[in-house]
Amino acid sequence: MTVTPGHPRSRLDPEPVPRRDFLGLLSFWTMATTLLFATLGMLRMPRAAVLPSPSKKFRVAIPEALPPGEAYVPPGRTTAIFRDAQGTYAISIVCTHLGCIVKPTPDGFECPCHGSVFARDGAVVRGPAPQPLSWIKVEAGGGTVVVDEAATVAAGTKVTA
Amino acid sequence: MRRDGAPALGQFAHNLREAPRRLREAAVRGGRPTTDRTRSTFVFNNVFLHLHAVRTHRWSLRWTTTAGLGIASVAAFLITLVTGILLMFYYKPYPDVAYDSMKDIHFVVPTGRFVRNLHRWAANVMVVAVILHMARTFYTAAYRAPREFNWLVGMALLVTTLGLSFTGYLLPWDQLAYWAITIGANIAQSPREVTDALGVTQAFDPGGLQRLLLLGSDTVGEEALIRFYLLHVILLPLIAGMLMAVHIWRIRKDGGLAKPPDVDARLGDPPPATYPVFTEAPTKTYHLAAIVRGRTPAVGGGPENTVPSMPHLFYAEAAVLMLTLLICMALSLVSDAPLKELANPLVPENPAKAPWYFLGLQELVAFSAFMGGIGIPTIVLVGLGLIPFLDREQAGTGVWFGGPGGWPLVRNSIAVGFAAALILESFAIQFGWLREWVPGIPQLVITAVNPGTVLTFVYAAYSLWLVRLFNSARAGALGLFTCFLCGFVVLTVIGTYFRGPNWQFYWSPADWPVH
Repeated sequence: MTVTPGHPRSRLDPEPVPRRDFLGLLSFWTMATTLLFATLGMLRMPRAAVLPSPSKKFRVAIPEALPPGEAYVPPGRTTAIFRDAQGTYAISIVCTHLGCIVKPTPDGFECPCHGSVFARDGAVVRGPAPQPLSWIKVEAGGGTVVVDEAATVAAGTKVTA
Repeated sequence: MRRDGAPALGQFAHNLREAPRRLREAAVRGGRPTTDRTRSTFVFNNVFLHLHAVRTHRWSLRWTTTAGLGIASVAAFLITLVTGILLMFYYKPYPDVAYDSMKDIHFVVPTGRFVRNLHRWAANVMVVAVILHMARTFYTAAYRAPREFNWLVGMALLVTTLGLSFTGYLLPWDQLAYWAITIGANIAQSPREVTDALGVTQAFDPGGLQRLLLLGSDTVGEEALIRFYLLHVILLPLIAGMLMAVHIWRIRKDGGLAKPPDVDARLGDPPPATYPVFTEAPTKTYHLAAIVRGRTPAVGGGPENTVPSMPHLFYAEAAVLMLTLLICMALSLVSDAPLKELANPLVPENPAKAPWYFLGLQELVAFSAFMGGIGIPTIVLVGLGLIPFLDREQAGTGVWFGGPGGWPLVRNSIAVGFAAALILESFAIQFGWLREWVPGIPQLVITAVNPGTVLTFVYAAYSLWLVRLFNSARAGALGLFTCFLCGFVVLTVIGTYFRGPNWQFYWSPADWPVH
């Protein structure tokens, strides 16, 4: 510390920096860095690597009597399956707005939560939904179909058995 | 200590007799709070009480200064703490089992229903008290320097309070809980509306990450329940407790509650029955004060018009605590906490409504999720946080509706705030919103242009006009805060009482279609 003549050093003055222990500063920053990376490491944990929800792929038999263009929602699932002259197709009934389950109607789908309305192909007609309902992958085989709710396909994709 | 010459056995008997008194003296040093000195030691010898100053200004003790709202919030928090721990004896945080344990608490556990009601009502009272407390702080301009930081701590407490209520909402695992949380989690995901519209979701998906962190899965299930439980019973209460300690401590460090400069003249002489102000000359000087640098709020102040915190402040606080408890108990006796049927992930409640204090946001979310659920709340929080840094004026501190404009400005702002919100909502309800007029409109426009966005712009323009008119940032803040409060009330009331199945407008629940 440079002592200015006429200004005696007081114990209340800040300590001169050069007297600070280099090793002390080094260990402080080592601790800070360690804590930072430990925190970053801990933040990885709450992000699940494997989602615990049950498999979204299932095999289902479509009722023989299902009229063309009418929705069949298998029990416990969130997919509406349709069958018409071009083939079998499936549309998700999870609203793209805030995840409510939409209700199939003769004209399309209606969401009970915030009033979004979708056309028969899932396109948004009115309401706050930002995306059309997604079309779900269907594999036809014999009398049953395999539906994979986790896989989406382009709208209009229909499969024939 | 051994008395000279006394036999050890006699000493033993003496010590035994004296043990209760010595235990009391060891725990509570300083004796009965009957003099200025012992009233002081009563406060600063106690780790909890010393969050408060030893002496309290007479201005702070008037009911009209605070209406006791801060302490009412603490009181409601304490009630939820005690009742919450009691509920934890029986509650089991696992889907389906959770619902059964709620039914047990409601129908079987002795006093279970009452304790649950008390927990729920105290939580609601806390939300109301916190909001009113913030309004009080704002309208008395108590956020101004040196109290800016405490205003920010208070905002953190507001968010924590809402978080506590929201996480508690899922725990009953009934239909109400399940669908409110499904909607809430999807609001957390709603930044995807923007990233999807920009086509960058594959690379950058903050919305999806938020939802994943909140739910621990892609649906509301056991992972979500245990996370909400953890947040509700440990993490958020700890955060709230720590923030409250800082909040109350900072009041003391910032020089007590905000007071007008002419406070002594306003107060006049204390009534004769008041415990005399400064009857004893101080016997202790504070050497530490000689070396602490910087300015404390007490420096440069006039003579202090204070009374001992014990009993004046503590008795008042105890009164507020008892009043809060009385209100919560009365409400609990009158109205039961709801418990609907078991959560069913396939059949949404219709209408599915969030807790009442979120229904204003849900009303906005019904137009576009991102702007209503994340955009506007963020704008509001940032705006609130900036208030003490933009308003650096002096006039009106510590006075209700203090500052340029005063009460007439606030009265006009109430009219403007209500009118703008009501007109906009009526228009949107009557004529629909963007997609009804232009079916092919780009999603980004729908996301951004929410009635809430329009309302925010109207309020902001009104506020800027006030700043110009009065040549004062405080006047603009008074107008803006009042308008947002009115907008919040209008949206909340519409969301609560006038929205029915499919979120359509109904004048009364009696008009709802039977489904």
